[in-house]
Amino acid sequence: MSRSIALLICLVGGLTMLVSPFLPMATGWANDVTDWFNILAAMAFVLGGGSLLKVQLMRLSARGPGWGYSAVTLVAFIVTLWVGLGKVGVVADPSAPAVAWSGKADDEGSAFWWIYLYVMTPITSTLFAVLAFYVASAAFRAFRAKNLEATLLLATAFVILLGRTFAGVVLTGWLPDWASGLRLENLAVTIMDVFNTAGNRAIIIGIALGVASTGIRLMLGLDRSYLGGDA
Amino acid sequence: MVLGADASFLNPDKLLLLVVLAATCACIVASMIAARAGSVPKIRRIAGLEAVEEAVGRATEMGRPILFVPGIQDMDNPMTVAGITVLSRVAGTAAQYDATLDVPVSRSLVMQAARESVQAAALQAGQPDWYDPERIRYITDEQFGYAAYAAGAMARDKPAACFYMGCFFAESLILAENGNAIGAIQIAGTAETAQLPFFVASCDYTLIGEEFFAASAYLSGAPDQLGTLRGQDIAKAVIALALVAGVFMATIRVFSPEQASEPTVEATQ
Repeated sequence: MSRSIALLICLVGGLTMLVSPFLPMATGWANDVTDWFNILAAMAFVLGGGSLLKVQLMRLSARGPGWGYSAVTLVAFIVTLWVGLGKVGVVADPSAPAVAWSGKADDEGSAFWWIYLYVMTPITSTLFAVLAFYVASAAFRAFRAKNLEATLLLATAFVILLGRTFAGVVLTGWLPDWASGLRLENLAVTIMDVFNTAGNRAIIIGIALGVASTGIRLMLGLDRSYLGGDA
Repeated sequence: MVLGADASFLNPDKLLLLVVLAATCACIVASMIAARAGSVPKIRRIAGLEAVEEAVGRATEMGRPILFVPGIQDMDNPMTVAGITVLSRVAGTAAQYDATLDVPVSRSLVMQAARESVQAAALQAGQPDWYDPERIRYITDEQFGYAAYAAGAMARDKPAACFYMGCFFAESLILAENGNAIGAIQIAGTAETAQLPFFVASCDYTLIGEEFFAASAYLSGAPDQLGTLRGQDIAKAVIALALVAGVFMATIRVFSPEQASEPTVEATQ
């Protein structure tokens, strides 16, 4: 019975989102469906937070390898939650200066804003910066000329790499105007605009059809594995 | 909602899109009905999906866990839903082999869906005791916080098989390169075109775009689900024909005498 209700909700929600771009009267319905989803996601966050706390507390009490990381996670979680919900250090809103908590939790000057700006942002930036090294190691493996396809890939990558830097201009800038298409910077543009765009569009058309097909399977209840299958 | 006198029932700007969508859906539904009636299409072998059993078997033999990452988006993203359907098949195989399956998630709703899915898969495999909800746990909504956890878990637990099925952004390469560094067999699937090259470079198998969405039907083997794939292919063939016809007509127009005498867009600017 509960599975049938879930399937019905899926069908109604899916159909509403499907027709909303075409029926002006359904735009409001689609917004309602989105709001309902957001409410559900917010309620589920309590479960997520509970799961996080439970797992970290279990690790901490077991004192297994790496229990110190669990302690750090727990302290960070609790402090951030307290700072955010308690609006620690929040500057009062000008419309209600007598009410200390009238400002927003993430307004400039609040403790929550400070944590985000001076703890969260540097950590995130550091991890993002590490990507450069991962790109280099992945490129090293991908560009080994093992066969014809890999050799073509290597040659194309070389052209793009040089064409996107000043080295391309220096190396092939001497070519006369009638052969300007062979200059590395122009070759790089041609590869990206013609070959890359064509391949990308082919994949995107396939994805669009795949999404349509998946949507129909889900709305008709043919694929129920996301609900726990037929069990 | 009250419609004004000038309000139209259908959005006229999107009428053509509606016709194309209706035709595509009709094609898919008709193929599904035909498959139910006995005309089941033959699906080509998808190496990445054939390797699921091999990857789970390898993890079992080595006594190491399996890591499944269902992307970093919520259940309103079709890629996440497709990832969860693959998860249920991986979980079924892992339950049969009694292998350990770890599923860190970045959205609470995905955690709930993944738990339901894995529990049902364990039941279907006849191993209800194998299911451990604590193995499917919420980490954080934060993109790089989640990537840092997954990379750390790989370094600590050394999973023998890693699955990345869902919606990924910049964290894709962090995950795939860490998996590669520990020598895990890696299978990825996503429809994020910008992340596909990274997965292709770092993983053993990659489900590209529509292959990823076809995974559920392919793994289930159900005739009506396989039928939808044929409908999808018919729609694709029609689109390809329309593209070729469009290119042909545009080329003829460029070389026609009327067009040659008309000023070009660049010349008028």
